[in-house]
Amino acid sequence: MAMLHTVNKSPFERNSLNSCLTKSKEGSTILLIEDAVLGALKGTVIADKLTTAMTTKNIYVLGSDLNTRGFTEADILDGIKVVDYSGFVDLVAEHANVQSWL
Amino acid sequence: MKFTLLINEGPYQHQASDTAYQFAKAAIAKGHEIYRVFFYNDGVNNATRLAIPPQDDRNITENWAALAKEHDLDMVVCIAAAQRRGMLDADEAERQGKDAHNIHPAFRISGLGQLVEGGIQSDRLLTFGD
Amino acid sequence: MSDDVKKFMFVNTKAPYGTVYALESLEVVLISAAFDQDVSLAFCDDGVFQITKNQNTEGSGMKNFSPAYKALGDYDINKLYVEKESLEERGLTLDNLMDLTYEDEDDDWAEKPSIKLVTRAELADLMDQQDVVISS
Repeated sequence: MAMLHTVNKSPFERNSLNSCLTKSKEGSTILLIEDAVLGALKGTVIADKLTTAMTTKNIYVLGSDLNTRGFTEADILDGIKVVDYSGFVDLVAEHANVQSWL
Repeated sequence: MKFTLLINEGPYQHQASDTAYQFAKAAIAKGHEIYRVFFYNDGVNNATRLAIPPQDDRNITENWAALAKEHDLDMVVCIAAAQRRGMLDADEAERQGKDAHNIHPAFRISGLGQLVEGGIQSDRLLTFGD
Repeated sequence: MSDDVKKFMFVNTKAPYGTVYALESLEVVLISAAFDQDVSLAFCDDGVFQITKNQNTEGSGMKNFSPAYKALGDYDINKLYVEKESLEERGLTLDNLMDLTYEDEDDDWAEKPSIKLVTRAELADLMDQQDVVISS
């Protein structure tokens, strides 16, 4: 089982998403929560980086945090999957361990 | 599956405690067990019984307390982090000669060993912080 | 090691003093030593600044907790992984870091370095092997 990584900070302000992307292994899963969901939007300066990451890693976003900030599934990059809290719990259970990039 | 949740930020300033609370509710709804919720760093401030949030906002401490009551959650506040920040329960206030205490009775004060033990006893330890 | 020993890794990514995370993480690490688990530390990103030499807090009035890292070896915590790329990005080398050592009981108590320089890819492998990862 691969590892689950959570990231909770906007990549436009903090470096934790970048750290996670460079220090996570191929086949691992990254879940964007809280302000990190803003990094999933289309047309941003990090869109290409995320699209490249998606070729080797699974990227998810917590839907309620997206909605909270005024966005929906339609606003995010193709290939990023949306989960609710129940799906968040499933991701934690399905992966061998979890690391929160703070 | 058993989860231990580590909460490292105080209420309102950061979303961490809210996220952990929603996660705990969802995990319980799916039949998982929350083995322990451990409050560390400024996370100890989630245990204050004296907060008065505006009426149209959520009451984070009371939400945790209600969830704990309903599901018999073990909510532990790190004693060292709490003392640093002026968070005391009644026993500790008496022992330290302080004239007030502010920890909600739904939470208990204990040592950092409870966090490590949570990591050992649980299938997953999940950190919510800044 | 018995089956009930878990691999704990404390991942330090933040600089010390500006926030309390480095100090309070170290407090958890020291407590964890009492539980006979397989404990390691990782220092990456700004976390590498936690173990620089010559920390002097006289002027800032803060508590200098850097000597506590030197005690880790006495607690049998002797796997301190430092990410090479993070050091280089910050213009640092191992010479900028404290001499953190332990005495190897399996080798006639020879004094050995606790710091292990690892690449980003090696650190990713190490993290992947853990049961519990606590980052700050």
